[in-house]
Amino acid sequence: MTESRGRTAWLLALVPPTAFLVALLVGRYSVRLDEAFRALFGLGEASDILRSLILRVRLPRALAAGCIGANLAVCGAAFQGLFRNPLVDSRILGVSSGAAFGAALALLFSAGAAAVQGSAFAFALVAVGLVVIIGRHFGSSTLVIVIGGLLVSALFNALLGLIKYVADPLSNLPAITYWLLGGLSGSRWVTLPPLLVITGLGLAFFLLVRWRLNLLTLADPEASALGVRIRPLRTVVIVVGTVMVAASVAIGGMIGWVGLVVPHVARAWVGPDHRRLVPASAAIGAATLLILDTIARTALPSEIPLGILTGLIGVPAFFLLFLRFLRARGEAR
Amino acid sequence: MRLDADRIRYAYRPGNDVLFDISLTVGKGKTVFVLGANGSGKTTLLDCLSGIRTPQSGRVSVDGIRLASLSARDRARRIGVVPQIHEPVFSFTVGQAVLMGRAPHLGLFARPGEEDRAAVDRALDAVGAAGLRDRSYTDISGGERQLVLIARGLAQGAGCLLMDEPAAHLDPHHQHDVLGVVRRLTDDGFSFVVTSHHPNNAFLYADEVLFLADGASIVRGPPEAAITEETLHAAYAMEFEIVHGTNGTRAIVPRARHPHGAAWDP
Repeated sequence: MTESRGRTAWLLALVPPTAFLVALLVGRYSVRLDEAFRALFGLGEASDILRSLILRVRLPRALAAGCIGANLAVCGAAFQGLFRNPLVDSRILGVSSGAAFGAALALLFSAGAAAVQGSAFAFALVAVGLVVIIGRHFGSSTLVIVIGGLLVSALFNALLGLIKYVADPLSNLPAITYWLLGGLSGSRWVTLPPLLVITGLGLAFFLLVRWRLNLLTLADPEASALGVRIRPLRTVVIVVGTVMVAASVAIGGMIGWVGLVVPHVARAWVGPDHRRLVPASAAIGAATLLILDTIARTALPSEIPLGILTGLIGVPAFFLLFLRFLRARGEAR
Repeated sequence: MRLDADRIRYAYRPGNDVLFDISLTVGKGKTVFVLGANGSGKTTLLDCLSGIRTPQSGRVSVDGIRLASLSARDRARRIGVVPQIHEPVFSFTVGQAVLMGRAPHLGLFARPGEEDRAAVDRALDAVGAAGLRDRSYTDISGGERQLVLIARGLAQGAGCLLMDEPAAHLDPHHQHDVLGVVRRLTDDGFSFVVTSHHPNNAFLYADEVLFLADGASIVRGPPEAAITEETLHAAYAMEFEIVHGTNGTRAIVPRARHPHGAAWDP
């Protein structure tokens, strides 16, 4: 079954471009395909409003959605393999908690969007840096790293609570709360280049090492017996993955479930071999967030925070996947 | 391929030796069974022979090259490990699982090619498991899993395979399926070190036996000479007798029906 689905995997390559195009066309101000192409490539006549809408608003936002979706999904797939746990998502190492604290700290001082994103990114790295230091100190086993992630997450969650407690309830606190709900309304060209560069380099890295990721799913002694230097490889995967997730969270805020659910959907389609799983996760992740962000900004008169939407879709999707798993084991009808 | 261990000593904590001056030679085309009670040091010995653990003293060498001087990849090209338990988290196919054995032949950014897939085919053929290639590893039986893990070791290019209690979870029929493959591969020139709780299998499949007790070697030699009532008592702290089957094989039988339980009188 997996093999026959694997043969249709190339279809996945068509999904992100289609979702990307839909994201450019759909909105409160509908745009026709030919108008979008005229605005994008400067072909023929296009009004300034149309050009501005496509080039300055929807294009950077769609790029951000695609990059963030791909990043969260690929890192989720890699971390699920690396930690040998299908319930892990890309935020396991405290990256989101660190980013949330960093953003809240900047918002407490009424900083601008770039400073908020920079602070979120920096503290996301600090959080995972602490986890890596704990891991190195106590042997770098997956258990130590997971416990380290748990502790660091708890620490930054407590610090986030402290910031919310002291924040001005009329100005800073609503801004912090809104940021924590996740969303891409703040995506602008000026803040996009770091995300694009990190996504490009990170995806290239994961595509290059994707077969090696299969070996990380083995128990440590087994991988060592196959000649794999497991600790350096694991550390590099964690560092690269963390930078990708940190860059994503810094722009999009707390967007849950994508890093957990999308790798399972991809695995159900192309199987667990990371040679196919990594590109499939990237494609499905990018398309998922492009579609959800389009829904988030068009479904209601005011924008739905993306984190809420991914939760509303992610929970039933995960439940269906879990039901499928139980049925495969003969434990559910 | 020849594997030698010379007076190796290993302790998890200083002063608490788990292995004490163990020596062992596994020649090309030979199978050595390591027997001993639970906790006697069998698995630790395999870890030292594979290079996963480095003995505090003594020397392990493969074809005369000190194991510690080889890189992890070079070690893995010579010595394969068949673990007792291999529970994959994800349902890789048998072909994908065996392909992982090609890891020591591929660089960090390399992906397996035709040559690697051909090595997988040859390895699965060699253990008679070619028909399992597209099955999910999680869907096959315990005996088939052992064969697949042997195939992974062959795909590694290893001339010597270390097997940790391959018969532990298998019924007698499947034990003999797996060990029959081991015997056939031994005859083809591969070397095996097999830890086991079944001296009877050592009579059938071993060229040599090493008995361990509390981390020390108590006897080493051909199974008929090494597996005696005295060594069995020393190794397992209970009385056995050795019986002879009509087909010429030997087997061990406990002397008492319920050596550690209440007397039973039917």
